[in-house]
Amino acid sequence: MREATSLSNSGLEWLAADGPSSDVVLSTRVRLARNLESHRFALRSDEAEREAIFASAREAAERTRSLREGTVLAMRRLAEPTRRILLERHLVSKELVGDGEREPPAFSGLFLAGDDSLGIMVNEEDHLRLQSLVSGFRLREAWRRVDGLDEELGMHLRYAFHPEFGYLTSCPTNVGTGLRASVLVHLPALVLTQEIGKVLQGITQVGLTFRGLYGEGSEVVGNFFQISNQTTLGKTEEDLIDHLQKIVQQVVTYEQQARNVLLRDARTVIEDKVWRAYGLLRYARSISFEEVMNLLSGVRLGLGLKLLPRVRVYTLNQIMIFTQSAHLEKLAGASLSAGDADSYRASYIRRLLATEEAPDHEGNSQ
Amino acid sequence: MRCDSCGKSDAVIQLTQVENNEMRVLHLCASCAADRGVETETQQVNEPLADFLAQIGKGAGEGPAKGRCPACGLTASQLRQTGRLGCGVCYTHYDDHLRSLLRRLHGGSKHVGKMILPADPEDSDRTARILSLRRSLQKAVDAEDFEHAASLRDELRRLNTPDQ
Repeated sequence: MREATSLSNSGLEWLAADGPSSDVVLSTRVRLARNLESHRFALRSDEAEREAIFASAREAAERTRSLREGTVLAMRRLAEPTRRILLERHLVSKELVGDGEREPPAFSGLFLAGDDSLGIMVNEEDHLRLQSLVSGFRLREAWRRVDGLDEELGMHLRYAFHPEFGYLTSCPTNVGTGLRASVLVHLPALVLTQEIGKVLQGITQVGLTFRGLYGEGSEVVGNFFQISNQTTLGKTEEDLIDHLQKIVQQVVTYEQQARNVLLRDARTVIEDKVWRAYGLLRYARSISFEEVMNLLSGVRLGLGLKLLPRVRVYTLNQIMIFTQSAHLEKLAGASLSAGDADSYRASYIRRLLATEEAPDHEGNSQ
Repeated sequence: MRCDSCGKSDAVIQLTQVENNEMRVLHLCASCAADRGVETETQQVNEPLADFLAQIGKGAGEGPAKGRCPACGLTASQLRQTGRLGCGVCYTHYDDHLRSLLRRLHGGSKHVGKMILPADPEDSDRTARILSLRRSLQKAVDAEDFEHAASLRDELRRLNTPDQ
């Protein structure tokens, strides 16, 4: 593995928007929590122990097919903006990078596979958090990849394992399989038709949970919801994945039905909403990230309903990632005040959408 | 009414499960209900983690929760404050308390997923057998094949009793 202190476009494979149901499902993530048998968990381990954990993890990762050619990012060696970029790409958690003034925990790091979609967070709440992040609705594929990595690592590391409780984790909510699978869905029509409350309630009644785009405790932004399994013990990994697959499939169907209802009963209202959102993104001169997220939701809905033929989902995903503050500063090559960021953001979006309007894209309806 | 699972004791609880869009009603005795992680006490606590944490060190449970974890030194009050365990040994040390917490958090306390085999081949065979039996048991219960489930459960009990 190669040690890096910056990253180009790593970890953005999922922006492709080429997975199944990509008009509703943005991305799928599966992670496995693992701890090393001979070491204390994060809460009790000292710096020397964390160093040893990092070294063992690295040595084992070097021997895996997927990570051998990958990258090692040691959090404390990264500049603060780079760490924020990792966070904005959903490749690391807040715990791993520290926030604002707080330094990242000692010997915390990210191992990233060459093809981006697979990685390991080291010395987070658990010693290892193996994760796979793919575009669209591809739970089984994400699970297969992370499972393969786990098998390989397991040949070189002794995991903390209990015959009854399974894989032992720092927090009892993760014990057993250590598996958390989550699907990021965009549900504007269920929100607009006010059916969302019922759907979310239903989700929590079948052993699943939901949260906003930015993980635990985060608010719902831009009608994005992450749906994931709540329990990790007492069921096989396959059962947990299959259950989530079935329920999310149902949610996707509900969303599509709600979209059809909107189109049938309120076409003018929806068309107006979609085009207004597009118009603001296309021509605004100063815009906050929150506003971008809300407008993107309208435009994304318009794409799903085929009301906006010229824009690609990929472009919307690109806007969503690259207009966050750390990404924007990287593009600008300087740190930006809030006001400057808003105008820089607006001009970046105008440029991107203008290229979409170029004649080589199919469709010319207005 | 007899318990649908063991067929021996009186059923005291009606368990309604929704799985794969199908609703299923089971009548269970207290012990079979507890095996499935159903609390037979009247009120369910909404915040099992907080509740569990509050109990530790209160002296309510006898045994190991009083002292520190022998491996990492985590005390009950530290566990209560953070909600996190300090090491793998904590799981054995706080076993009694954890078991009921895990049932409430997850609906079960037995791992049936991927596993790691212990180094000793005899132990390894036994563990593999236990885990495979647990899986079969779950499938049998899901399929409402209670006769088969009962025989699997008996075999599991035999295996779980330490050899003479």
